[in-house]
Amino acid sequence: MRQRDNKTSILGNYSDMIEIRIHGRGGQGNVVAAYLLATAAFEVGRHVQAFPNFGAERRGAPVTAFVRIADRPIRRRCQVQHPAWLIVQDENLLHLPDITTGLLDGGAILVNSTRADAELSQELGCPVVALPATRLALDVLGRPVPNTALLSAFLALTGLLPQDALISALGARFRGEILERNRALIEQAAARVPAGAWQEPEHAARA
Amino acid sequence: MQHALEGSQALARAVSLCRPQVIAAYPITPQTHIVENLSRLVADGELDCELVSVESEFSAASVVLGAVAGGSRAYTASSSQGILLMAEVLFNIAGLRIPLVMTCANRALSGPLSIWNDQQDSMAVRDAGWVQLYCTSNQEAVDTTIQAYRIAELCELPVMVCVDGFTLTHTLEVIDLPESEQVDRMLPEFRFERALDPLNPISIGTLVSPDYFTEIRYSHHSALLEALPVIEQAAQEWQAISGREQPALLRCSGPEQARIGILTLGSVAGTLEAALELYTDEPATRLIALRSFRPFPSAALQVACEGLTDLVVLERAVCPGSGGILGSEVRAAFSEVADAPRVHNFSVGLGGRDVPLDIYPRLHAALRNGDGLPYAILDLEPERLPASA
Repeated sequence: MRQRDNKTSILGNYSDMIEIRIHGRGGQGNVVAAYLLATAAFEVGRHVQAFPNFGAERRGAPVTAFVRIADRPIRRRCQVQHPAWLIVQDENLLHLPDITTGLLDGGAILVNSTRADAELSQELGCPVVALPATRLALDVLGRPVPNTALLSAFLALTGLLPQDALISALGARFRGEILERNRALIEQAAARVPAGAWQEPEHAARA
Repeated sequence: MQHALEGSQALARAVSLCRPQVIAAYPITPQTHIVENLSRLVADGELDCELVSVESEFSAASVVLGAVAGGSRAYTASSSQGILLMAEVLFNIAGLRIPLVMTCANRALSGPLSIWNDQQDSMAVRDAGWVQLYCTSNQEAVDTTIQAYRIAELCELPVMVCVDGFTLTHTLEVIDLPESEQVDRMLPEFRFERALDPLNPISIGTLVSPDYFTEIRYSHHSALLEALPVIEQAAQEWQAISGREQPALLRCSGPEQARIGILTLGSVAGTLEAALELYTDEPATRLIALRSFRPFPSAALQVACEGLTDLVVLERAVCPGSGGILGSEVRAAFSEVADAPRVHNFSVGLGGRDVPLDIYPRLHAALRNGDGLPYAILDLEPERLPASA
């Protein structure tokens, strides 16, 4: 097996395993977001792993969760140190000094925010896409839960998985009207971001 | 069938497939989700089982002791302080040769308080007389739980299935859950020869004078040693039924010609396996994931270490004032062996400290330095020590 330095290139990491870090606050469905994304990837036949950065979670406290998606069984169980992407559920968490720690070169951030992408990208020194996920969720679900909208936008940006996979994953948790509203939310959120903006070249997107 | 499941959820489903008749447990992080999921299965009518609410772990262990003594298949689970509060009953369960299965969702012990993963809790009861099996993945935890009932009931010994807290219990991954028909083939209906029966009353756990106590201890020790081939047999049986490769006493991987070996317990084996593929410049290394810690498989370990010049024992516990726990036992296992490998002993990942991929090159660097003789903490950060230390 060739040696790989997954610090230097998003592609080096991408070709074999994708690692994602999700930031949020206790009560925002952070672990659920990680589990949903991993379950969606499982639905299309990928190997997956999702876990919280184990803490004594309290409502409102900053929390982190990790997702790994690969084409072969995932053996490592350490925390994700070099994520390709961050999903941030609360824009105030962008001010944490270590928020971008370990983010791979070429990596990007999707944040729940009403601010402009360009402004945020300049502040953080890497590509940032903002989605008003709480507002969308309030409009469509009637609850301020940003995770589903963010996951849908993430899939649209990366082209990593079809939106149907996310709907299947949600189907294991919700039924009836709530599932229908989530479906509507997914459509609206996906339409708000430039599709494929974070899509990697063919050989990479395979992973 | 494959599912994407949180470890705890998968474990609850596996326990349910084993058809326990009595479950008693008291919630404690990180074991909680296992018991919550079992409660849900019972409430939803998917598991026909007496679920006993108790006010402490002492009572949980006492209830399941009584349940098995009365002839029922039973289950409990705990972690950390819960294991300590159970300790008195755990020794009784083993001493009375009660075939019970429990999950230990491994967690550090207080004080100071830590809710995070290491293996100090199951190590604290290593002398209780239970079989202890350690799992490297949630798939292994599912498969081992099913085998545990087989081993317990064949040997009339309790079995503790040790599953790293959070690292496994709170990780969602792809898990192949067996069909209930497969588990039924592995586990025939539980019949306990010594079950308490009001029509044929017997006493258990009575006062034993010095005339017999030694012989009872000896027979318990012998029963654990005789469990070694039963653990192997259960692995073979479940491999035949499940179609998945099953480790027995230990699992060896890595190149045959390796002269350096690393021995671990639990989920850190997976990270080391991944590191082995990543850091190809390091010397060839054999990985040994010890599954059976009690009984201690000295002979299998000696075979697994043949050809090694250096063996690193990496453990997530510490015996203050002595050093490593697993390391001491491994050294003892090699004390009479000619050409035994030199045993380096390190603790790592105490109280939830992440064990990253680069622990592997750091281990090799420590070996080149001659560290870990007899013992060291590999991921100690000296600048974080109190000024007086």
